[in-house]
Amino acid sequence: MKNLEEIITEAISQMDNIEDPAELENVKARYLGKSGVLTELLKGLGKLPAEERPAMGSQINEAKNRLEATLKSRRHAIQEKELEAKLTEEALDITLPGRGCGVSGLHPVTKTLQRIETLFHSIGFDVVSGPEIETDFYNFTALNIPENHPARAMHDTFYIDNGNLLRTHTSPVQIHYMQNNKPPIKVIAPGRVYRCDSDVTHTPMFHQVEGLWIDENANFSALKGILANFMAQFFERDDLPVRFRPSFFPFTEPSAEMDIGCVMCNGKGCRVCSHTGWLEVLGCGMVHPNVLKHVAIDSEQYTGFAFGMGVERLTMLRYGVNDLRLFFENDLRFLKQFN
Amino acid sequence: MKFSENWLRSFVNPPLSSDELAHALTMAGIEVESIEPVAATFDKVIVAEVLAVEKHPEADRLKVCKVKTGKAEEDVLQIVCGAPNVSTGVKVPCALIGATLPGFTIKKSKLRGIESAGMLCSARELGISDAADGLLLLPGDAPVGMDFRRYYELDDHVFTLKLTPNRADCLGVLGVAREVAAITSAGLSLQEKKPVSGEISDTLAVQVTASSACPLYCGRIMRDIDLNAPTPLWLTQRLERSGLRSINPIVDITNYVLLETGQPMHAFDLAKIKGNIQVRYAGRDEKMQLLNGNQIDLDARMLLIADEQKPLALAGIMGGLDSGVTQGTTDIFLESAFFSPDTISGKSFQLGFSSDSAYRFERGVDFAATKDVLEYATHLIQAICGGKAGPVTEIRHELPQRPPVYVRVERIKRVLGIDIGKQQVIDYFNRLRFEFLTNEDVFNVTPPSYRFDLAIEEDFIEELARIYGYDRIPVYFPHGGMAMLPASETKYATIDIKRSLTARDYQEVINYAFVDADWERDLVNNSRPIALQNPIASQMSVMRSSLIGGLISNLQFNLNRKQARVRLFEIGCCFIRDDQSDCKQVEKLAGLSYGDIAPEQWGIPARGVDFYDVKADIEALCQGKALYFRKFSHPALHPGKSAQILVDDQPIGWLGELHPRWQKQYGLQRNTVLFEMESGRLMPKALPAVKEISKFPPVRRDIAIIVDNDVSVHSLLDAINTGKPAIVSDISLFDIYRGKGMEDSKKSLAFRVLLQDTEKTLTDEEADSAVASIVEILKNKFSATLRN
Repeated sequence: MKNLEEIITEAISQMDNIEDPAELENVKARYLGKSGVLTELLKGLGKLPAEERPAMGSQINEAKNRLEATLKSRRHAIQEKELEAKLTEEALDITLPGRGCGVSGLHPVTKTLQRIETLFHSIGFDVVSGPEIETDFYNFTALNIPENHPARAMHDTFYIDNGNLLRTHTSPVQIHYMQNNKPPIKVIAPGRVYRCDSDVTHTPMFHQVEGLWIDENANFSALKGILANFMAQFFERDDLPVRFRPSFFPFTEPSAEMDIGCVMCNGKGCRVCSHTGWLEVLGCGMVHPNVLKHVAIDSEQYTGFAFGMGVERLTMLRYGVNDLRLFFENDLRFLKQFN
Repeated sequence: MKFSENWLRSFVNPPLSSDELAHALTMAGIEVESIEPVAATFDKVIVAEVLAVEKHPEADRLKVCKVKTGKAEEDVLQIVCGAPNVSTGVKVPCALIGATLPGFTIKKSKLRGIESAGMLCSARELGISDAADGLLLLPGDAPVGMDFRRYYELDDHVFTLKLTPNRADCLGVLGVAREVAAITSAGLSLQEKKPVSGEISDTLAVQVTASSACPLYCGRIMRDIDLNAPTPLWLTQRLERSGLRSINPIVDITNYVLLETGQPMHAFDLAKIKGNIQVRYAGRDEKMQLLNGNQIDLDARMLLIADEQKPLALAGIMGGLDSGVTQGTTDIFLESAFFSPDTISGKSFQLGFSSDSAYRFERGVDFAATKDVLEYATHLIQAICGGKAGPVTEIRHELPQRPPVYVRVERIKRVLGIDIGKQQVIDYFNRLRFEFLTNEDVFNVTPPSYRFDLAIEEDFIEELARIYGYDRIPVYFPHGGMAMLPASETKYATIDIKRSLTARDYQEVINYAFVDADWERDLVNNSRPIALQNPIASQMSVMRSSLIGGLISNLQFNLNRKQARVRLFEIGCCFIRDDQSDCKQVEKLAGLSYGDIAPEQWGIPARGVDFYDVKADIEALCQGKALYFRKFSHPALHPGKSAQILVDDQPIGWLGELHPRWQKQYGLQRNTVLFEMESGRLMPKALPAVKEISKFPPVRRDIAIIVDNDVSVHSLLDAINTGKPAIVSDISLFDIYRGKGMEDSKKSLAFRVLLQDTEKTLTDEEADSAVASIVEILKNKFSATLRN
């Protein structure tokens, strides 16, 4: 009969070479099963003389423990290997594109409108709106533009069949709002406006944002502060140069045109700024006392300023769009670039 | 307004470069749109005289010229020239050896074997104009040998102003000069215009019946005028630099005076005038032909200059063709008048053309200078064309008022936010040549006659701010209270709706609000859309009452650019005729889905979008609202695949597949699903109000029933929800079956029923009995049978 050490060595070496879990269990049975080699040895202890039994018993038990430990580690190794193989087999081409529905985006004009609203809202401006079909009174008369005034010719108005007109600017919203609200007033009014003009730099419909602040301390210096601040935040340029030039709008006095340093060439001069280094972006001024009179606000108690900006123009400058007409062609290849 | 810089500087000459001057004007509100040099940069070009011209022996088109370039004998050069208009005796600009012209330099050379020592120049070669029809011929008195730049005053720029409509006073060089003087404090040199004493006694009587339209009329007869006298070079040059061609000396002079003073003038041929002059409104059926050739029918709102028989001119707008100065004219009647802006404005628009005269009168012309300008023009005519002047006839009625205005120093500070200081205000008003009185801190200022834009205190505050400099007014960040703005959580703002739709893969578009009338008629059955009176194009002639026409056209546009899957939405105002309020303006939301349900990809089988896909989008958009869909007929939609959407029994919109008829007409290969809603009806969203979650496990029971095909799922659910036991917490459809094993007229519907009690765990018996009661309802109401 082989000695115990040989049996154990043989058993361990058998187990170490097994890859198949079923075979491992067979080897286990051969040594540790009901009629396994070690089990038989234990059973044969009784035939030994009494004085040899304890030593032999403890040798066999030790051998049994070694075998069980080997078996356990081998089982674990085989499981690990199997899992490894399974994981390898399951590996994906993680470079394949993700599945499912896509996501679309907002129109660039909406993005700009939203940006303007957010910035003005952050300093307490409410957002209000007004009708797009207007009366002559709201679009012109109440804004101090009498009939036959040359300023009306600048407006290229669309008239509709009931004698009304498509608003040529968002300024009439000022009037509606002031008729229904008492100062102090701090609002912006974004919206679509219409002018009978169509060429490379004009579309018959476009967007404006009108702003209005009526208070006891609204003055020209504050107007400059708010608008310079807005432009710097809108373009995210703290050092954006701005300048104000006298201009003319019938509904403001004094009136100003606001220029910003060209954001395309940083003021060096380029095609976009006609090589002047400046871009005209906004008209503004102190609300004309005649306008306040129309809405029964006392111009001695209150002063105010108003401003109006073209949304498409700001969008073009912000995103480098070089053709105004792209905004209304709705070509998905253009629009999807803003998503 | 375009003019020569040198002309301006003859009145006011501040120590500023051209660019600095332009910048100063722009920053004071007189925007200089461009400054262009009048000629290219060149040198060594002089005035020369062609002494002799001979044919080139080797070339038909070339000539060999002897050219005198100075007084000395050796100043005669041989120059080969190809210009057709070279001839003996003409004076032309000549570039000498070493001259640098735009793009090239002049060297001694041989042309087909003949030496040439310079070049005779055209206007184009010197960058003066685009005219290329031969050499630039100079007047006979041009001094030979003189530097051509100096002779032709080419060191000059053309300023182009973009004037705002309130600054009519700058529609003349003198007005701009006045402005420059005010801005820069430079001195203004004005020539005095002495009256011409009557050399003849002839007059025409003038009768002004429309006295408020023409409160001042001045005119005089001039006789024995030589219309063949050449207009001097300095004058034609200034005209050309303002964009006007020389016509004849009288027209040139009246144009020149207009450009300089801003006062439009007119010269009539005296021989064509029958009797006295009348300034009156046109009568019915009167017609006249204008100088521009237009034959016009006059109406009673048009002011005329007429004689006793016929209209002579459209007052302040344009002269008549028949009474104008022409080649044979020797005697004229010269007019300088003031027509009120109200009379002239709007007429150009009505007539479809404008004129320099109308442009100025409708904005306001200086009525204090009317007579002086007439004298000035008379001087110029006599200096150039000779002639004798008669006495001035002047008819004066009530001229515009210039009431003084109070300007408070305190108000200046209030409006501008800065303290200008009283002394500075005095200085500025002086520079602006305003007359004023002052005491304490109030000024009483009288607007000048040439300013039609100064009527209230703020107008003068703007003047002060302009001179002070808008840019010097400090930037101030206003302070305010700390109250927060309201932020309603239940507000379902338009931007929120837009974001929900983009998250479901709808791309936002923006379309014009004016559309093709056919869309309105075909797609929404609107035969009376709100129409534009002056549409920009026939396919943009009516206001939209629905957004879907625009979306379909966007679809076509993108399909033409090889897009296969298009999902779009728009939110915008729609315009609906309404007999009470003329027009209802409603914000609508519309969407369109075309092509596959998902973008083409590797892991999802392709499937075309259908009604139910879009229905899910709408349900997601209206989350929190109980929607009800009912059968619906719409001209744009497939009659069996369209539904009206209702909330609380109120219709809020519709969805459906585009009618196959339109699908074919618009050339669409695949189904198109559309929806449109009033976006305001989606608002507000409910504020979440939480219900208790049961601690006990839910029980799920599935039931399958068979009903007739035409029983709608909604009616089944409605019946169950009305009669169900309280422990039924949710019931929903999860399968539909038709076909094998079923009668053709039947369908099988499988519902998942969730049962729950917040107090205890349900027993099987309780659950069974609840399900049985649901089945009972369906049996009774819809003759449903259980399917096994």
